[in-house]
Amino acid sequence: MNDPLYTSSRQRLVNISCFIIWIAYALIQTALLWWFDVDFPLAVNDGLISATIITLCCYVIANALNHYLPRKEKYLYVVVWGLVLAAISISASRWLLQYVIADKGYLDRVDLSLPLRFFINALLIAWIAIINILWNIQQEYKENEQRKADAERLAREAELYNLRQQLQPHFLFNSLNSIIALIGRKPDEARNMTFQLSDFLRGTLRKDDQQLIPLKDELDHLQLYLEIEKVRFGHRLQTQVSYDEECLKLLLPAMIMQPLVENAIKHGLYDTTDQVAISISCACRDHLLEIRIENPYDSESNKPRRGTGFGLRGVQRRLFLLFGRTDLLETKATTHIFTSIIKIPQR
Amino acid sequence: MIKAVLIDDEPLARSMVAEYLDDYPEVSIVAECNDGFEGAKAIMHHQPDIVFLDIQMPKINGFEMLEIIDQQPSVIFTTAFDDYAIRAFEQHAVDYLLKPITKARFDQAMHKFLDNRQSTMDKANTRKLLEDVSNTPGTLERVVVKVGSKIKILPVANIICIEADDDYVKIHTIEGTFLKSKTLTSFEQQLDPQQFVRIHRSFLIKIDHIVRLEPQEKDSYVAVLSNGMVANVSKNGYARLKQLLGM
Repeated sequence: MNDPLYTSSRQRLVNISCFIIWIAYALIQTALLWWFDVDFPLAVNDGLISATIITLCCYVIANALNHYLPRKEKYLYVVVWGLVLAAISISASRWLLQYVIADKGYLDRVDLSLPLRFFINALLIAWIAIINILWNIQQEYKENEQRKADAERLAREAELYNLRQQLQPHFLFNSLNSIIALIGRKPDEARNMTFQLSDFLRGTLRKDDQQLIPLKDELDHLQLYLEIEKVRFGHRLQTQVSYDEECLKLLLPAMIMQPLVENAIKHGLYDTTDQVAISISCACRDHLLEIRIENPYDSESNKPRRGTGFGLRGVQRRLFLLFGRTDLLETKATTHIFTSIIKIPQR
Repeated sequence: MIKAVLIDDEPLARSMVAEYLDDYPEVSIVAECNDGFEGAKAIMHHQPDIVFLDIQMPKINGFEMLEIIDQQPSVIFTTAFDDYAIRAFEQHAVDYLLKPITKARFDQAMHKFLDNRQSTMDKANTRKLLEDVSNTPGTLERVVVKVGSKIKILPVANIICIEADDDYVKIHTIEGTFLKSKTLTSFEQQLDPQQFVRIHRSFLIKIDHIVRLEPQEKDSYVAVLSNGMVANVSKNGYARLKQLLGM
């Protein structure tokens, strides 16, 4: 309620409402009195005075509630305030009328109708108060919702950012070490690997978390990573990437395959001492892009390595945040092959 | 002649160290190994004076490899990035090189090794380091043991109980019994306390494998295990068991 724009628009609404109440009250009361055979000038005077005073009371209570939203247990105060204001409005009207209207007989009739007038004013004030309180409650609810949505959006952005920052420092330092080792003996290879590494890093930095990129770009980026890993691990690492031509244009979240391929290589390389063949295949069907990543693995000695679970969880979470589905990542393990499958819905 | 063994799963990383060692004609590389298995064999076979050892390696890591070696060599660890391990190295004054390794830092490590070669300080530090590194509570998932000249990896899920036996422990598993030089207390610390309970000074058992408890004398029990073994239950052990099983 501290928003100045909101406060001024709300104030304007109160002003307009009060003006309408003033006009309507004056017209209705005058018309009613006239209907009951009161002289027209008398009816107009009475109507104007009563309307002015009740409008002032309505204005007071609306503004009071504008600045102060009573808690549930304080609603009794509001009722008391309303009754007091109704009494004040009646007394003030009656007090003013005696100066404006000289007709003693009419004033006696007014005194007779005071309970009725009190009742009507009290109802009107109660109505204004209820509308205001409901308005306030709804406004507060809306603000809470907005805050919650903002907080969720922020958390989501931060989370996506973190999930993307999964590039292992291990990978970077080991690659640098390999480059340094190559510089002396195979300068060309060293230079080539430096280019690959910098292209790869640029790719990881440039990409926006929520951005969807064509499969072709993601595969090109992945290829850089695989080439670097092949230099590091030499003949031990074999990779095979296959895809249908028509899939290349399909979109997927940037860097979504990276953690899975990292996992596959890590498991492949650390679970066995033999040659490791990693296979990546992409297919499209039923508005889905399906990517399978397979690596050899040893179910016997396999201990869940540090970071592995997180990689999978991170991908799962990212897919959930982006698509709102939990069934997009699937993993299967036979005795020797570990497969992870991601499905990317195409919009 | 100083004998050196290089153990790293990345050939280029080994060649880097080999190149730096060219400046030390008194050091000769007797073996280069791709993983911990080859490494352990080479160390036992060559009895090297110095080992350059990577930590992240296939099947068994550098620490696990050292655990199964009886005669600890002097070790210089080479690793890319491992916050936890680096803290452990520093604490135990064991030398380590961070990849990419600079020549200056490498020379510093070599001089330190050459100067202290006679003292056994380094090896004692390595022992302590190993204990410390493996003493992360409740985290042990596998145990590496040596069977003759073979190295075997025992998943913790297969362990039935561990029995103290002088300086060794006997690890009883569903595949048989294995020996390892390690204390029962360190196993107790590393294994999940919800699954393993120390029922006696010399018995750490997995609760799933208790078939029944039989009263022996007054106040004392024996536990019959799924493999037919009978283990004494001490008074304290019985209290611990009761607590864990919620009796």
